[in-house]
This record gives sequence, C-alpha cells and structure tokens, in this order.
Amino acid sequence: MTAAATPATSPATADERSGVRLARSRRNAELSLLLLAMAMVAAYGAMVEANVLDTITPTFWVPAAAITGVFLGIHLVIRFLAPFADPVLLPAVALLNGLGVGFLHRLDLAKAAPEDRADLATFAGTGGRQLAWTLVSVILAGGLLALMRDHRSISRYAYTLGLAGIILVMLPAVLPASISEINGAKLWVRIGSFSIQPGEFAKLALLVFFAYYLVRKREVLSLASHRFLGIDFPRGRDLGPVLVVWVISLLVLVFEKDLGTSLLYFGMFVATVYIATERVSWLLIGLVLFFGGAYLAYVLGRSVGGPFANFYLRADIWLDPFAKPYDEGYQLVQGLLALGSGGLFGAGPGAGQPLLLPEVQNDFIFAGIGEEIGLFGLSALLVIYLLIVERGLRAALAVRDSFGKLLAGGLAFTLALQVFVIVGGISKLIPLTGQTTPFLSAGGSSLMANWLLIAVLLRVSDAGRRPVTGTGGKVNRPAGGPPEQLHGAPTEVIKP
Amino acid sequence: MPELVITVARFGFLVLLWIFVFTVVGVIRRDLFAGARSGRLVAAPRAVGASTGQATAKPAKVKRGRAAHQLVVTAGQLAGTRITLGEAQITIGRAEDSTLVITDDYASARHARLVPRDGQWFVEDLGSTNGTYLDRAKVTGPTPVPLGVPIRIGRTSLELRP
Repeated sequence: MTAAATPATSPATADERSGVRLARSRRNAELSLLLLAMAMVAAYGAMVEANVLDTITPTFWVPAAAITGVFLGIHLVIRFLAPFADPVLLPAVALLNGLGVGFLHRLDLAKAAPEDRADLATFAGTGGRQLAWTLVSVILAGGLLALMRDHRSISRYAYTLGLAGIILVMLPAVLPASISEINGAKLWVRIGSFSIQPGEFAKLALLVFFAYYLVRKREVLSLASHRFLGIDFPRGRDLGPVLVVWVISLLVLVFEKDLGTSLLYFGMFVATVYIATERVSWLLIGLVLFFGGAYLAYVLGRSVGGPFANFYLRADIWLDPFAKPYDEGYQLVQGLLALGSGGLFGAGPGAGQPLLLPEVQNDFIFAGIGEEIGLFGLSALLVIYLLIVERGLRAALAVRDSFGKLLAGGLAFTLALQVFVIVGGISKLIPLTGQTTPFLSAGGSSLMANWLLIAVLLRVSDAGRRPVTGTGGKVNRPAGGPPEQLHGAPTEVIKP
Repeated sequence: MPELVITVARFGFLVLLWIFVFTVVGVIRRDLFAGARSGRLVAAPRAVGASTGQATAKPAKVKRGRAAHQLVVTAGQLAGTRITLGEAQITIGRAEDSTLVITDDYASARHARLVPRDGQWFVEDLGSTNGTYLDRAKVTGPTPVPLGVPIRIGRTSLELRP
C-alpha cells in the first residue's frame, strides 16, 4: 500500500481546477464572433445590391440589422440560461443562417422586374419569409433552452419521443400523394399553401430515443460478442434493433422515395450504436446493410419498377447526368455547370445566374451560392459546418453522462451526415436526394429543427463545460438533479 | 459601381469568410489550451506549498506515466475481484446495472463511479448515503485517484493497479 498524503491535496487541486474554469464562460468571445459574422452578412447584402442594382441603396443594412437583433436576443438568452455553453456554435450557425437569408433576398431581387428592384420591400419574398422563420426558430431554440435546464430531463420522454418520431416519419408515407408529394419525394405534409417536413423534427425525436435506448442496452451490444478476423461481431440476436431500423429506413426509401432521408435515419442509428459500443463491427454491418439495400433497390427498380422506380431513376441520373441534360438530368447538370462557372473565386455575390438552377432556394442553394463565391467561399462554408460538428462532438466528449454523450454525438453526426448527403448530391458524389442544406435552405421546418438541434447541443455543451465542483450559486448544477440519483435511494444509515 | 470596387469587394468577402473561420479556430484553440492548463493543475503538485516529501513524490509517480490498467477489490465480500480498465467509466453500487455490483450493506444502489479523463482516473461520489473515501479523505467532487491508494466504499476497498 502506498497510501499517502495525496488525498489531502486532491480536493484542493480539484477546487483549483474549477477556479480556473470559472472564468471561462467565453460569452464575450461569442458576442464578438457574432458581431463579426453579422458584419459579414451586411457586407454580403451590400455587395449583392452593388452587383444586382448597380448601386447600394441606403437601406441595404436593414435585413442584416434585423437578423442581428434576432441573434443578439438568443445570445442574451444563452448568457443567462446556458452561461458555459460553447462560444463557437452560435456565431457559426448565425453566419450560415444570415448568408442564407442574404442569398434568398438576392434571389428575390433577381426575380423582380428591374424597375421594381430598388424598392423591393426588405421583408417581402422568400428572403423576408426566411427572416421570419429565423425569428420563429430562434424563439423556439430559446424556449427549449429555457424549458430544458438539464439535458437529462428529456430522457424521461424518450419513449414518447420515439413514438412521435416514428409517427412523424411515417406520416408523409401514409398520406395520399396529393398532400405529401413534392418533386417525386413524399416527405411533406401540405396544408393549403403551407407545407411542413415532419421528417426534420422526427430526426431529433428519434435521436433522443436512440440515445436513451442505447444507454440502457449498450452493455449487451458491446460485451456479448464473438471475434472474427480481429473484429468483435455482435451475437445474432443482438442485431434485432439495428435490423428493425434498417427495415424502417428501407421502407422510407420505398414509400417516401427518398434516399437521403433513409440514409439519414439509418446513418444516425448506426453512428449512435458505434458511439455507444465503440465497436467497429457496427459500422461495417451498417455500411454493408445500407449499400446492400440501396443496390437491391436499384436492381429492383430496374427490373420491377413500381415503388423502386424513383430511386432507380435518381441513381441513373447520378451515373450519367449528361445523358439527358435537358430533361431528367437538367437539375444536376445545371448545378454542376453553376459550380464550374463559379470556379475558384466565384462570380461575386449577386453576379451569378442562380435563377437558371431549378430549386435553387432549396436543394441547390449550395450550388447557387457556390457560383457566386467559388470554391474558396464554399470550402469556407464547409469548414464552418465542420467546426459546428466538431464543437458538437467536443460537447459529447466533455459532458459527463452517457445519455448526453450519445445525444450530442448523434446530433452532431446527423448534422454532418445531412450536409454530406446534400452537398454530395449536388456535386455528384452520391445520387442526388432532396435534403435541405442546414441553416441555408429556404424552409421553416428545416430551420426550426436545426435550431432546436443547436439548442440541444448548446445545453449539452453547457453541462460539459460547467465547472465540476463550484462554490458560488451560479455554478451549481441546474435544479432538478440528475435523474439517476432519484432511485439511488439510501440503503442504510449508519450512526457511529 | 466601378469595376475595381466590385472586384476588391468580391475577393475581400472571401478573405473575410476565411478570417472568420480562422478567428473561430483561434477561439477553439485558446479553449483547448485553457483546458490543458487546468488539466496540468490536476496532475502537477503545487510545488511551492508542498512541504512533505511524500506530496512531491506522489504526483511524480502519476506523471511518470504508469497508467492504471486494473481495478482490484482488496477488501470486502468481493475481495480478489479484478476488472480490466478500458475507456469506459466504471460505476460501483448495489444496483444490478453497475459495472461493479458490490453486495455491501453500507453501499448505496448507485454509490460512486470511476471516470477516465486524459489517462487519469477520477472517482466521483454519486450522492451515496455513507460516502466514498479516497484513503481517509471523503470524496466530495471528482478526485484523481493515484495508483495503489484505496477507495473505500462501506466495507469494500478498491485500488487501481498498473
């Protein structure tokens, strides 16, 4: 036994560590980054006007100022409700969102007749609607931060959320095509002129459920295994859940005719299983299952058609978009041409021809922006996505409970996968599917869901960076207490 | 608008985008280094104040990089049990889903846990009734566990071994 004086010094060093961390809420860094991002949004707006209108109107700063106000609001909310949250997440997301609004406003300018352009109202058109959606989304994100003071509290609703997620996923598939089908993908619920994409919210709900389920089951999934070729493979019966999710995602592929969504759900599950068990075999099983399924769908689509025909068509366009550049391949070809004509440095904001691209406000916004800011600009945007994802994974590493780790890791991965699916689609790396580009694309559902995702990441990172043992009231753990202590009931009271 | 202004603005915007990216990276980097400093504070002794020879010798031992690879139960009903340590945390308690289920009358259902961070294991009490002791000091927050120092939970005693 080498027991010695160490324990006496340990509490002191622990306190000292928290003392060091105490000063590191980094909210001022967040504020200055946010202001820098907003200055860039304003500069973008000015350049768009200079290129499209040939002059800068005196009101060019109004949209940027409006969106700055919205983000300053959420910054204040974070300052009070999640003071130790990651300082990088908000400015990075705000920049993407602001540029998205700016680009949509630029599309409105291009669509308007030349004589109306100068007095196009700031809050009209797609850009104005996106600005309104941003406001709604940010309010929702702030509300989530206020309601969810401890991320572990949502694990109580895991089964409810799981059920809600499955219903949301299945809703567009069972509704008639007249309500749910837009551009060949059944992903929507249309009510009048208003349409929402329930799948966007489903991924959040499902992820909470996955995280909760895997925290419960991960021992079984990771311990019981047999070794083959140096990799631990799980037992056959433990494959059950992953097979269920695989079948569900294939059903999504067949009935909603959308590869991207299907890949998103399946990838999300496989990644959370991998994070939970640290077993590479799950990644292999997932990849084999998915590619096997996709190939099967392709072969079936060629020979049988029916529900698989849409996927076959998309894969076919992907294999050779220039075969039919004016009909089936038109969108992808135009996207590639836009990226190509953008070149390294782009045509300059406002100087491209984004209206030649079909669906430029949704799926192809990345190609539309790419034409104007070029490869250098696009890679900057991709690095910003990468940084957001990295901060999400960092939050997962820093937080101390398994549920939070799985939740943050899974959410960050989902965001990365979604960016991969759409950017890979427009750049012809994978078959094109109608995913939204997070924070950039026009559309309320996507924006709301992704801002809620960011709110959860902020909450988890706040829990992870919060000092472990604080003395001041401000740094104490959030009220409510960790759920796992509720049933850690006292067993015996010893009185000396 | 003069052509020159537009060209300058066009490249200026791209430069601005990358400046933003690198500023963000700078903030993250400062964050990392701040974390590393606080990490060092845990590992290194406060040398100036440390008067006894033991206090300076002990952290040096930790620093020498002998990582803990086993958790051994040295006293109590489970004496002799060994757990090989990996990356995962170890929960200790009477609850059946604990990593180490101890049948000790003085232990709570979820008593304590051992969490690895940067190669160092930390013991954390999970709000147990009778408390967790590292050697003779009561564990109040996450506390680094040196090799060979007993963690006492009820009548059970555990040690980290290389």
